[in-house]
Amino acid sequence: MAIHVQTRVNGQATEFLCEADASALDVLRDTLGLTGSKEGCNSGDCGACSVLLDGTLVCACLVLGAELEGRELLTIEGVAPPGGLHPVQQKLLEHNAMQCGICIPGIVVAAKALLDRDPDPDETTVRFALAGNLCRCTGYDKIIRAVLDAAAAMREGAGVRA
Amino acid sequence: MGVQAYRAPRSIPEAVSLLSSEAGAFALGGGTDLLVQQRSGARQPGSFIDLKRIPGMLGIEQLPSLWRIGAATACGEVASHPGLRSELPGLVEAAGLIGSKQVQGRASLGGNLCNASPAADSVPALVANRAVLVVAGPEGERRIAAECLTLGPGRTVLGRGEFVCAIEIPRPAARQSDAYLRFIPRTEMDIAVVGAAASLRVDEGGRCIAARIALGAVAPTVLTSPEADAALTGSMLEPEAIAACVAIAQAACSPISDRRGTAEFRRHVAGVLLRRVILAASQRLAKEG
Ligand SMILES: Cc1cc2nc3c(=O)[nH]c(=O)nc-3n(C[C@H](O)[C@H](O)[C@H](O)COP(=O)(O)OP(=O)(O)OC[C@H]3O[C@@H](n4cnc5c(N)ncnc54)[C@H](O)[C@@H]3O)c2cc1C
Ligand code: FES
Ligand code: FES
Repeated sequence: MAIHVQTRVNGQATEFLCEADASALDVLRDTLGLTGSKEGCNSGDCGACSVLLDGTLVCACLVLGAELEGRELLTIEGVAPPGGLHPVQQKLLEHNAMQCGICIPGIVVAAKALLDRDPDPDETTVRFALAGNLCRCTGYDKIIRAVLDAAAAMREGAGVRA
Repeated sequence: MGVQAYRAPRSIPEAVSLLSSEAGAFALGGGTDLLVQQRSGARQPGSFIDLKRIPGMLGIEQLPSLWRIGAATACGEVASHPGLRSELPGLVEAAGLIGSKQVQGRASLGGNLCNASPAADSVPALVANRAVLVVAGPEGERRIAAECLTLGPGRTVLGRGEFVCAIEIPRPAARQSDAYLRFIPRTEMDIAVVGAAASLRVDEGGRCIAARIALGAVAPTVLTSPEADAALTGSMLEPEAIAACVAIAQAACSPISDRRGTAEFRRHVAGVLLRRVILAASQRLAKEG
């Protein structure tokens, strides 16, 4: 039997119907049309579905849609200001840190979660913070450099580029 | 069939009644084991009873003689709690090793315990620290020692309608500390080949007056050994005493061979890690002075 859920997604009041075993990722992608969060594994291993649930970094594939009742979800679609890029996105571009791009939404959300909490992480901290985000293409190094560079830019107050 | 319902009870009695009455009801903590198992077909829940909206299931409380951790509290919260970091650094180490940051945002200690994997990282640290589980059920509340929860891989002593509400851990005495280490083939995101925890207490002269060790992934359930503990108690934690403790614990292991390691390798690594956690805990004591 479908469950009626009222929640907030990227700051907007949202409601939807879902089955008891539908994941938040299923709801985002298939019901709400927010396909930025990717499904790489559906088992918590790859991080491509990373989102912030009430400010906490989680895998959307391991959250039930029904659990979102009364919660606040931030997805990759809500990370950048309208028409702009988040510094992590900007630096990933500048460092050519993307190839196929499947992992990138999750990396951006996970890196944002890290930098919101720790504006000046060292390389080891960044590597541990992104250990739950698998990338089959880049070899990670450029991603790590880009995140460190984004941290530096954010500390200098570059903030978000419109 | 499939999952027919999702329920989010707001009270313990409501949860007990749903867990007792719904067909195939499974308690849901962070879902990091249960949802994966449901999708692979390893478990076939008829309904999810989400415990996270029950007051007291989330959060960490410091009481005069113990820490009370809501059973659904995420490991990430445990791992970053300043009070726990200073009093139970070994438990914090174990909680901080579970999965990725994403998994830590959800994975709970209650789920780590009740999933009953022999390799669960928090369990040796909880057992070494004499954690007690507060269990709610149709007959009311009961308390069980953490090491008495599991019967074997995937099996616990919990009856129908029962669930773990909270984990109570005695606050360490003066000159008491703990440590946890695990071996995995890489640095993150893998299941322990062996996990080892130790909690030690010494007197003013540095003599060990209480010790408790616990090993994960070397037996069907977490391994404790009063004989190994006794080899440390009364000693100055000198190399000979540690070696005796390690030899007894290694002899008590009954590991399996799998693709992560042979039984022989596990037994060897158990010895290495156990020695290291004893040293790590005693170094923490030395720092305390
Ligand atoms: C990518 C990934 C990496 C992981 N890495 C590790 C690791 O390094 N170390 C490790 O130990 N584990 C690891 N795990 C396993 C898992 O994250 C942990 O076991 C976690 O602590 C389970 O907690 P949970 O709240 O998610 O449990 P759930 O999945 O919600 O529940 C697990 C089981 O326990 C039952 N249950 C849950 N809470 C209660 C309760 N309060 N009372 C009674 N029964 C309950 C459920 O019914 C279910 O059977 C990993 C999992 C994933 C997906
Ligand atoms: S799809 Fe969620 S972690 Fe891979
Ligand atoms: S760019 Fe292809 S997976 Fe990361």
